[in-house]
Amino acid sequence: MSDRTQHAANPDVDVDVIVVGAGPAGSCAAIALARAGFSVVLLERGPFPGSKNMYGGVVYPRILDELIPRWYDEAPVQRWITRRSTMVMTDTQAMSIDFRNDAWAAPPYNGATAYRPDFDHWLAGHAESAGAQLLCSTTATGLLRDRSGAVTGVTTDRPDGDLTARLVIACDGVNSFLAKDAGLYREVAAKHYTLGVKETIGLPKEVIDERFGVRGREGVDIEIIGCTSGVNGGGFVYTNLDTVAVGVVLKLPALAAQQLRPEQIIAKMKTHSAIAPLVEGGELKEYSAHLIPEAGLSMMPKLATAGLLVAGDAAALCLAAGIWLEGVNFAMASGMYAGQAAAEALRRGDTSEQGLAGYERRLTETFVLRDHRKLRRAPALVLSDRVQHRYPQMVAAVVERMFRVDNPDPKPGLRRILAQERKRAGVRRRDLARDGWAGLRTFG
Amino acid sequence: MMHSSDSQWPEVSFEERMATAHFDVHPHAHIVVNSAVCADCTSRECVVACPANLFVPTSDGGVVFNYEQCFECGTCYLVCNQEGAISWSYPEGGHGIVFRRT
Ligand SMILES: Cc1cc2nc3c(=O)[nH]c(=O)nc-3n(C[C@H](O)[C@H](O)[C@H](O)COP(=O)(O)OP(=O)(O)OC[C@H]3O[C@@H](n4cnc5c(N)ncnc54)[C@H](O)[C@@H]3O)c2cc1C
Ligand code: SF4
Ligand code: SF4
Repeated sequence: MSDRTQHAANPDVDVDVIVVGAGPAGSCAAIALARAGFSVVLLERGPFPGSKNMYGGVVYPRILDELIPRWYDEAPVQRWITRRSTMVMTDTQAMSIDFRNDAWAAPPYNGATAYRPDFDHWLAGHAESAGAQLLCSTTATGLLRDRSGAVTGVTTDRPDGDLTARLVIACDGVNSFLAKDAGLYREVAAKHYTLGVKETIGLPKEVIDERFGVRGREGVDIEIIGCTSGVNGGGFVYTNLDTVAVGVVLKLPALAAQQLRPEQIIAKMKTHSAIAPLVEGGELKEYSAHLIPEAGLSMMPKLATAGLLVAGDAAALCLAAGIWLEGVNFAMASGMYAGQAAAEALRRGDTSEQGLAGYERRLTETFVLRDHRKLRRAPALVLSDRVQHRYPQMVAAVVERMFRVDNPDPKPGLRRILAQERKRAGVRRRDLARDGWAGLRTFG
Repeated sequence: MMHSSDSQWPEVSFEERMATAHFDVHPHAHIVVNSAVCADCTSRECVVACPANLFVPTSDGGVVFNYEQCFECGTCYLVCNQEGAISWSYPEGGHGIVFRRT
């Protein structure tokens, strides 16, 4: 393949670095390396970057300040999130905490909805402008190694398939066959993953503005718990310009152990009185599905081995902690740090595991691993049966009784309501105290 | 709970649902399911969990699989508990699912 690739400093290899996967992690790795002067090939199995990628819908691109200053002037954004709601629901009730912030509608912004086929395509364009060579419609099918076991390149499904390099960065997403191939995962188990399914529903822009109470490019982000028909998980509603994204994430073993199919769980959520008025009359434009590495630190693989770094979802760096579902920013950051650490290692001529230690050091010093460490208990807590099933019932019942006017009876005391509804929901005081404490330690 | 407007807003059929997703189908199947193993499987995790509903039980107690409208998500190989039932890989580069507004 050397005829098609740039010239590496070392004549024995096709290229300095192969980055596999032109998602947010891969493109940021490629930008960092190409700007540092190294030859980079960015492999993408889809016909264009983003064509295989689906998510809920909100990116937090602050980390791009470092690579693409004023990214917000050019990123293909749908709407800027100015309103965030967290909703707890039962079959017939819903309670929301609704937050609006006008400042998020102007530079430097906070979060934005964007379609991944647009966003990832745009970001990969920056990798190309920086000098990386993007090869689409090319699947990396395995790793090449030397006699010592060090990674020396990849095999691909192209006719002249093998591609050699001084270093490979695996940014091949949640299923990362490259990281598994390299033996970096201790265990691959369904319990560490959730399935996300989503509907992109078309509605006129004015209708969306009116239903969600926003104007212009302002957008809304709604995270929901208690909307998944008893399967542990959660739901979301996000506004694009002229579509609304509605979906659920479902814990795999729990999903497989019951009878409702994923699209039926979305359908049921859409009939809820808190959701139906937002989306009814809309036309299904696209149905999609994708996995999420949900378990955070407890599933994280080794991040480096001789000749190989792993970044983004491939390294399970997605943060799925209830009110936060952030993966794109963690992918962009880990990709960028992988690129910087790789450049450092290549300059020193040491791509052994120790030589690549700068990668994990960077992750440890920044939000990437600090957030994961701080929130390490969150995935298990948020997906626990109590938080998923009992607390929504309890909270809704307490709020209902606080707001219900039962004249001529006087208003009951909050403490009494709490005690009664806790018992009715089958929550032991000990567990409530323990979960409350765990919640404080986790999120506090 | 059913919302009152449900009747004016019917759910689309599964076929119409899948027709909203674009697939550039490769003639070669990227996922192969060993029906002999499935015949002995009673839990059938794939049937409920596959978001594209590609695992269909047959009247004679087997499971048929069609790879063409696959999202390439990975759910099936993760939930399947039977060794050797699913051999899973990505389709050849450039083929398979092409997302547009996701
Ligand atoms: C339902 C759902 C909702 C989500 N919601 C949000 C959200 O609102 N906000 C947020 O920030 N994050 C969200 N996430 C998480 C986020 O999508 C991921 O964390 C993020 O996409 C990870 O980026 P990545 O670059 O590591 O991997 P990916 O985006 O998966 O990119 C991997 C790339 O590698 C390519 N590839 C894979 N294997 C190969 C191979 N062998 N050869 C060549 N190319 C290959 C793929 O085609 C793909 O382009 C959500 C995820 C899901 C599924
Ligand atoms: S694919 Fe696996 S889970 Fe599905 S029927 Fe076959 S053996 Fe059972
Ligand atoms: S990869 Fe996903 S969509 Fe494809 S068959 Fe398996 S579960 Fe179904």
